[in-house]
Amino acid sequence: MEKQEYTITLYTENTIGMIGRISIIFSRRKINIESLNTSPSEVEGIHRFTLVIHETEEVVRKLCRQIEKLVEVLKAYYNTNDEIIWQEQALYKVPTEVVTEKAPVERLLRQYGASAVVIRNDYTVFETAGHSEEIDALTAALAEYSLIEFVRSARIAIIKDSEGFHKKLKEFEEAEPIAEVVENRYLGKQDKIFTM
Amino acid sequence: MSTLEAMKDTPSKLQEEAKKIQLSGSQAVLEALLAEGVDTIFGYPGGAIMPIYDALYDYNDRLKHILVRHEQGGIHAAQGYARTSGRTGVVFATSGPGATNLVTGLADATIDSNPLVCITGQVFAHLLGTDAFQETDVINITAPVTKWNYQVTDACEIPMALAKAFHVARTGRPGPVLIDITKNAQLQLFEYEGYKPCNHIRSYRPKPIVRKEYIEQAAALINEAKQPFVIFGQGIILGKAESDLKAFIEKAGIPAASTVMGLSALETDHPLHMGMLGMHGNYAPNVLTNSCDVLIAIGMRFDDRVTGRLDKYAKQAKVIHLDIDPAEIDKNVKTTVPVWGDCKDTLPILTELVERKEHTTWLAQFRELEQAEIKEVINEELNPSTDVMTMGEVINILNELTHGDAVIVTDVGQHQMVTCRYAKFNQSKSNVTSGGLGTMGFGLPAAIGAWYGAPERTVVAIIGDGGIQMTIQELGTIMQFGAKVKILILNNEFLGMVRQWQQLFHDKRYSFVNITSPDYVTVAKGYRIPGRSVCERKDLKQALTEMITHDGAYLLEVMVGKENNVFPMVPQGSSVSEIRLK
Repeated sequence: MEKQEYTITLYTENTIGMIGRISIIFSRRKINIESLNTSPSEVEGIHRFTLVIHETEEVVRKLCRQIEKLVEVLKAYYNTNDEIIWQEQALYKVPTEVVTEKAPVERLLRQYGASAVVIRNDYTVFETAGHSEEIDALTAALAEYSLIEFVRSARIAIIKDSEGFHKKLKEFEEAEPIAEVVENRYLGKQDKIFTM
Repeated sequence: MSTLEAMKDTPSKLQEEAKKIQLSGSQAVLEALLAEGVDTIFGYPGGAIMPIYDALYDYNDRLKHILVRHEQGGIHAAQGYARTSGRTGVVFATSGPGATNLVTGLADATIDSNPLVCITGQVFAHLLGTDAFQETDVINITAPVTKWNYQVTDACEIPMALAKAFHVARTGRPGPVLIDITKNAQLQLFEYEGYKPCNHIRSYRPKPIVRKEYIEQAAALINEAKQPFVIFGQGIILGKAESDLKAFIEKAGIPAASTVMGLSALETDHPLHMGMLGMHGNYAPNVLTNSCDVLIAIGMRFDDRVTGRLDKYAKQAKVIHLDIDPAEIDKNVKTTVPVWGDCKDTLPILTELVERKEHTTWLAQFRELEQAEIKEVINEELNPSTDVMTMGEVINILNELTHGDAVIVTDVGQHQMVTCRYAKFNQSKSNVTSGGLGTMGFGLPAAIGAWYGAPERTVVAIIGDGGIQMTIQELGTIMQFGAKVKILILNNEFLGMVRQWQQLFHDKRYSFVNITSPDYVTVAKGYRIPGRSVCERKDLKQALTEMITHDGAYLLEVMVGKENNVFPMVPQGSSVSEIRLK
């Protein structure tokens, strides 16, 4: 099976030490987490983790099952890039004189839709958002024009097919699980069969 | 009259009422244990857990505390207790070294699914993170080896934390839970509102929904099968589904084999019991794993010691996997039909759906291969032609004497494999061993706990000369508290299993496997435990009888062949059907 980029979305309780508990499941298999973001979710009190790893589908599925075993984790989803809408944000600090005097720099910033956040005599900070390839391309281009500082955020992602977590949480809060819960997108497909 | 004036009038009454509901965190811990029906604690005190031990002084009539000699001994004892009693084992340890000494036992209990609640003391909350005396970050150290852990810094959290701990430890696939309680929380007085057991955590779903359509698919496969084969593990025992397993295999007429951890779930002499799977398991079940057409795995997790080389494991078969833990489905062996659920729930439905059958010719294949194993291995092991005693013949006589009714505790190594191969089990919860982690030193302390979990039964701890020396200090626990454990040391003057591998795979380069032993009988005598050492066959049966009939702990050392090997064997990297008889 081919390795590819997977985005893992976790819904968890907001308890101390969750990052550690989650990260040891990856480090145990010597898998690098390419990107990790934690944030509140659409449901109050429920935390959302977004992780990116480069692995095969089989490994990602096993990882998600093991993550779901953590008592504080409500649900783990994994998606390929075509199943999600995703963004990363980046900040660039460039000498202001370069921006004002070099035409290609201005063109670059326009081309990538970067906007100025702070403008000072000595430097200007630009912000842009997009896929990591776009951000990396702009970074490489700016590197030739005395880029002083660069930072890129973790990936945040929305799952295209997701209906959000409100309904699921209600099911989870009921003392007894209800029989209709179908979380198995492979249901009926013999080759990829599993139950959740 | 103002409230203040009213209070002035009745200060004593108000104070009395206040006192009624004021408890210290330590008292709340013990109240929680009582509410959960705990009767036995294995523990070792120390600075950071002293308030709990102080409170225990007043609960001594309701809670039995066994003072072990090392925290590792304490947790292994709790594991033994959990295995024979089917209840949750409880361990107390102090912070720092006390807590870190639990780590091996936690890892062992995690991989072998033992329900435990471990309570560790911790330094005062204001000292956390300051490298205080006996401070360790026990929560992060134990996170990978516990099912759940939690640090309490405020006494008000104690009832809730312990309720959750017991719920998590014993439900679903059981496992160890560690609750770390800072000393200030143990000392703190708080308004106690009673203990409310926990039966639901929204982020934790231990009991999977049984999906009948999968059981129907499984039944259809089984009904069409010509050569179906059941392999079962400890899930049967944990799910209390022993009779359900028997009903299933008897109705469908399917031969069944056990993993190491599943032993005793089905009585050894059952006509459909085909023996043990795995590296040192029986010949027929290993070979025929690669001949069956439908493989039905129940409450087991396809450990690499069971499967051998995975890409040559049961590739011809359709695999039905019944397990409570969704992470086990498709983890090692690709499943055709997964049946996620408690086998106590799923097995009866499956039994209902399968047709009554007898697979006579298929069963005959097992019996035929069994004859080959008897001829090549078992005869010589149980009735040796030389004067040198074998481990197998010791176990064989033990079977005669206990009639398969004893709890058999083993350590790790050759003696463990030989015992698992030859010991007879008539009832469930009789096999206590370190299966997944392979923890040498497990045997003696686990046997102590096993006896407290089933004091009416005969408990025999079979241990090698390596393993006994790892936790021999627990003889002190036996001496002080009187656990009637029969300690049977099978001494081959080697770290036998490693030596066997060095012989077979490392050109007999015996690198540090030669281990000397103390005079065990004298050591036992020092602990006021009677004992005997036997090096000749003529004394063996009488010595074993003496050990079994003695009313109390007893240590028997049997000198066995130094360079005997355990066979059959699936060499590492080989397929199960490439199992070697010699």
